[in-house]
Amino acid sequence: MSAFTGTGRLARLVLRRDRVRLTMWVLGTPLLGYALAGSVKEFYPDEAARVGYASTSASSLVARAFNGPVVGTDLGAVVVAEAYLTLALLAALLSTFAVVRHTRQNEETGRAELLGASVVGRYALLTAALLVVVAANVAATALLAAALVGAGLPTAGSFAAAAAFGGVGVAFTGIAAVSAQLSVTSRGANALAAAAVGIAFLLRAAGDVLGEQTDDGLRVVSAWPSWLSPLGWGNQVRAFGGERWWVLALPVALLVVGVVSAYFLAERRDIGAGLVAPRRGPARAVPGLLSPAGLAWRLQRGALLGWAVGVAVLGFSMGIAGDEFNAMIEENPAAAEAISAMGGGAKLIDAYLAAMLGLFALAIGAYVVQALLRARGDETDGLLETVLATAVGRTRWLGTQVVAATLGALALVLVGGLTTGLGYGLVAGDPLGQAVELGGAALVRLPALLVVAGVVTALFGLLPRWSVALSWAALIVFLLLGQLGAVLDLPQAALNLSPYTHVPSAPAVEAAALPLVVLTAVAAALLAAGMAGFRRRDVPS
Amino acid sequence: MSVISIDDLVKTFGSVRALDGLDLKVGAGEVHGFLGPNGSGKSTTIRVLLGLLRRDAGDVRVFDADPWRDAVALHRRLAYVPGDVNLWPNLSGGEAIDLFGQLRGGLDRRRRDDLLERFALDPTRKCRTYSKGNRQKVAIVAAFASDVELYVLDEPTSGLDPLMEAVFQDEVRQLKRDGATVLLSSHVLAEVEALCDRVSIIREGRTVESGTLTELRHLTRTAVTVETARPATGLAALPGVHDVREVDGRTHLEVEPAHLDELLGHLVGFGVRALTSAPPTLEELFLRHYGDERAAVPVGAPAPTADPTDDERPAGAR
Repeated sequence: MSAFTGTGRLARLVLRRDRVRLTMWVLGTPLLGYALAGSVKEFYPDEAARVGYASTSASSLVARAFNGPVVGTDLGAVVVAEAYLTLALLAALLSTFAVVRHTRQNEETGRAELLGASVVGRYALLTAALLVVVAANVAATALLAAALVGAGLPTAGSFAAAAAFGGVGVAFTGIAAVSAQLSVTSRGANALAAAAVGIAFLLRAAGDVLGEQTDDGLRVVSAWPSWLSPLGWGNQVRAFGGERWWVLALPVALLVVGVVSAYFLAERRDIGAGLVAPRRGPARAVPGLLSPAGLAWRLQRGALLGWAVGVAVLGFSMGIAGDEFNAMIEENPAAAEAISAMGGGAKLIDAYLAAMLGLFALAIGAYVVQALLRARGDETDGLLETVLATAVGRTRWLGTQVVAATLGALALVLVGGLTTGLGYGLVAGDPLGQAVELGGAALVRLPALLVVAGVVTALFGLLPRWSVALSWAALIVFLLLGQLGAVLDLPQAALNLSPYTHVPSAPAVEAAALPLVVLTAVAAALLAAGMAGFRRRDVPS
Repeated sequence: MSVISIDDLVKTFGSVRALDGLDLKVGAGEVHGFLGPNGSGKSTTIRVLLGLLRRDAGDVRVFDADPWRDAVALHRRLAYVPGDVNLWPNLSGGEAIDLFGQLRGGLDRRRRDDLLERFALDPTRKCRTYSKGNRQKVAIVAAFASDVELYVLDEPTSGLDPLMEAVFQDEVRQLKRDGATVLLSSHVLAEVEALCDRVSIIREGRTVESGTLTELRHLTRTAVTVETARPATGLAALPGVHDVREVDGRTHLEVEPAHLDELLGHLVGFGVRALTSAPPTLEELFLRHYGDERAAVPVGAPAPTADPTDDERPAGAR
C-alpha cells in the first residue's frame, strides 16, 4: 500500500460532501466577473473615460491600496482593478476554508481516524483535499476566462486575468495545506491562513502605495513588497496591459513548496497532533467566568481583540491617507466629481471619511454574524443542551449572546471611528476633535449592525437549520448591495433591502434621527421574533 | 411520590415517531435503569424531561411540575450528564466543572476536589485535549458535586474504563444513600444490574417492560448444564423445561425458576456428576426486546438461546 492509496475515492468523497459549495464557487466566480465586466463597460464606455479612471486610480494612494496598481486604459484593465479585491479575496478564502475543512477538521472530529484505519494511505486525505481544491480553482479560472471573453474583452487578457485570480486561490491552497498541519484545531488553522491573507493584503497594499507612477500617469509600477504577496502576484500578471505570463509560475511554485512542506510535516506528526502544543489552563475558574455573560466574554474576547487591532490599524491608515486624498482631488476634478457622486455631501473629504466608516460597518457586520452564530455552533455540538439543562433559561441565555455581540460591535465601531479621526486629525490638525467627531459619526452605523444581529437571531430562533447559511448569505447580499449596487445600477427598491442603505452617511450627511429609529425598531422586532421562536422550539433542532 | 412521571408520551420529528406512547415512573430515592437499544428514544425522553424538547402528546411531570414551562426552577433541583459530552475547547476542565456547577446554582467545593481525585482527572488540561472518557468525567464530576435531588445520567459511562466504572458505581451508591433519585440510561447491563432498584426497558419509543429486577427475573429462565452417570431421559417432558440439547455427553437446558425444584428431583435419578446453573440475567430480558425477529415473541415463550459458556454470564454454582 502506498502513501497515496485511496486518494481517488477520498477525492470523490470531498466532491460529494462539497457538491453545493463547489458548484456555487465555480459558477459564482464567472457570473460575478461577467456582471462586473458588463457594468464597467457601461460606466467607462470610451477611451477618454478610461484614461480619467486610470490617471485617478494611479495617483490615488487609497485606490492603489485597495484596488492594486493600474496597468493601463484597456477596458479589461479597469474591470480587473474594480473586481480584484472581491475576486482575489474570494479565491483565497474559499480555497483556504476548503482545504482546512477536508484536512484538519476531519482530524479534529475523528473522521480522519476512521478513514485512516481503512485502506487509505498516509497522504491520501491531504492529497484528495488538495486535488479537489486545485481542480476547483482551475475550473473557476476556465469559466471566468470564458465569461470575460463573452463579455467582449480580449482573449489573451481574459485568460491572464482569470489565471491571476485562480493563481491566488492556488497559492493559498498551498498555504492552507501547511497551516492545517500546524494547528490542532480547524479554527486555528483557518485563523493562521486568514492571517496569511491579511499579511498578503498589507504587503500588496504597501508595495502598491510605495510604487512609482509612470510618466504618462496612467500606470503604476509596484515596489518590492508587492512581489512578496500572493495577492500581489495576480496584479503583476498585468492582464490587459502587456501580459507577463511567467508570473503565473509563482503561485504554482508556492503550491509545490506548500504541499511538499505539508507532506513533510504530516510524515513527522501523529494523527490529531499539531506543532503548536496546547497549553494548560487553571484548575479552578475565576468568579468572573461563572455566568452566561462571563462565559460569552471569555469565548469572544480573543476574536474581539483581533478585530479591534485590525480595525484600528486600518482606521488609522485610512485616516492618514485622507490628507493625501485632499491633495489628489485638488489636482483631479474628474475624480472629485465621481467621489462626491458616491459619498454625497458638499465636502469631499467628508464623503471619503464617510465611505471609510461605511466600509468598517460592513466589515463589523461579519463580526456580529460570527459572534451570534456561535449559538448555533453550541447547539449542534450539544453544548447548548447541557447549558440549558442548568438553571439558565432560554431568554437569559440568548439575550446574553445578543448583548455580547452588540457590545462587541459597539466597541469595534467606536474603535474604527476614533482611529480614523485620530489618523486624519494628525495630518490635518486637531486630532482630538476629529477623533470625537468621527467616533460620533461611526456610532450612527450601529443601528444597521443591530439589524444584522436581529436577522441572525431571528434565523437562529425560527429557522435554526438554515441559520448559518442564510445569515452569511444575508450579510453577503448587504455587502454586494452596498459595494456593487451603484456600479451594477440596481433599482432603489433592491438597495433598500440592506440596512446599510438607510444609515445616514455621516459625517458627509447630517445624521437624521428617523432612519435610525426605524432601523432600531426593525432590529427590535427581529430580535423579539427570534427570541419567541427560540423559546418555543426544540433544542437541539 | 413519583419524582418522574410520564404517561403516554408522544414525540415526533417530521414523519418519524421517536416516542410512541412511552410510560415511565421513577419514585423518590430510587435508582432507575432506563434501558433500550440505540435509537429507541432514551435520549429523546430525557430531553423532554429536561424541557429541551416539546412533547406532542401525553403527560410529563418532574417533581410534579411541567418540565417545559417550569424548566429553570426544575433545573435547580437536578443535574444532567449528557450521553455525548462536548465542552468549550479553550476552557480547562476545572473551569468547565465550576461553570456548570455555578450555572446550576452552586457546587460543593470539597466534593468537587474529592471527585477529581477519585476519577483521576487533571483539571488543568484544556477541554480540547480530553478524550471522550475524560470529557464524560468532567460532566460527571460537575453533576455529582452539585447538591441536587435528581440526577439524570444518559449513558454516562460509555467512555470510561472498568476502573473508573467501579468508581462511578460507588458514587452512584453514595448518592442513593444520601437520598437522591437517579435516572440512569444505559446499555451496560452489568452496570444496571449492579445499581438499579427498578428498570424500564423501551423499544421503538414504547415501554415494553418495567419493574424491579426480581419481578423481571420471573420472566426469564435459568440456564442449566448437567453431566449425569446415565443418559438423562424425559427432560423435555418436564414442566417449565425448554430447549434441551445434548453436547459431548453434557445436557444443556433452560428452566423457568418456578420449576427448578422438579427438574433437580428428576435429575437425581440419573446420578449427577456435575451441574452448572446460571441465574437469569438482565441480558436475556434485554435480548428478548432487542432483535426485530423476536419482537413478536411474548414474554415466557421460548427465549433466545444463549451460549452457556458465555463469559458475560455471572459465575454459576458448580
